[in-house]
Amino acid sequence: MPRVSRRTVRDALSVALTVGAYGVAFGAAGVAAGFSVLQTCLFSLVTFTGASQFAAVGVVASGGAGVSAIVAASLLSTRNALYSLQMAPVLEVSGWRRLVAAHVTIDESTNVALAQSSHGPDAVRHGFWLTGLGVFLFWNVFTLLGALGARSLGNPAAWGLDAAVPAAFLGLLWGRLTDARLRVVALVAAVFSLLATPILPSGTPIIATVVVAIVAGWRA
Amino acid sequence: MASVSPVVTWSVLIGTSVLCYAIKLVGYLVPPRWFAPERFQRINSLVPVVLLSALVVAQGVAVKTHLVIDHRLAGVAAALAALVAKAPFPVVVLSAALTSALVYRWR
Repeated sequence: MPRVSRRTVRDALSVALTVGAYGVAFGAAGVAAGFSVLQTCLFSLVTFTGASQFAAVGVVASGGAGVSAIVAASLLSTRNALYSLQMAPVLEVSGWRRLVAAHVTIDESTNVALAQSSHGPDAVRHGFWLTGLGVFLFWNVFTLLGALGARSLGNPAAWGLDAAVPAAFLGLLWGRLTDARLRVVALVAAVFSLLATPILPSGTPIIATVVVAIVAGWRA
Repeated sequence: MASVSPVVTWSVLIGTSVLCYAIKLVGYLVPPRWFAPERFQRINSLVPVVLLSALVVAQGVAVKTHLVIDHRLAGVAAALAALVAKAPFPVVVLSAALTSALVYRWR
């Protein structure tokens, strides 16, 4: 196996640590939403795709039906299919390695990997695996800490945990608003879901906003 | 703590885990040309933006099917201010939690 460059290790570890530390917020959100510590940890171990995990527990916390939670979380993770399409020809994995690669195919592993493109295919592969496995490790450790912490705190509202979740979504959204068109789409989606909240069953306005994406993305 | 039936929590956990893993696996199993249409790619790139936006609303001002203005909105406003000031991610979340907790206790 070719030597791993120090630059790739540095990129991967800094992303893995900062993103992983954010697992504290998910751990707290899961417990505050009514999931047990075990269930909250299983989300991070098995679902392992941050925004979708937040969406699943968030919809349950806001009183939505289980199906709405699952659909919202799954829709939010469809971008992972595009990531795996990008990574498949570079990683050239088969058998059990392919199953592991799929599990750690997330925003961070794909983006760090592709950022190494100018340093050759080995650097891309190293970036993918180091970041994917690194985020997995830290994300799970910090989820456990957050879940245990939230359980010992009691009433989530008294500690601001119920505002930490929408703040987290806002932070995730903010990073994606790279041009004026995306900002307009985000704003329209927010207004749409505000108007839909009193009309549609609880939890479904979130899924229904996909209509906004379809309309906005139909023409170039 | 909110009380939710274990049937709901376990089914959400299992359903979300199975579907999210299947979605990740897709790209390793199917020919890339299946996802080639530009329209699909364009819409897919907008999906996280609209869903995250809707989630901010659902978590910030909605309680089931009602719009409720309370301590959470104060927290979201603090997060927005932190983001405008280019604060790092943990600061954004912490300032929201702190503001919301203060409003909740002293309202």
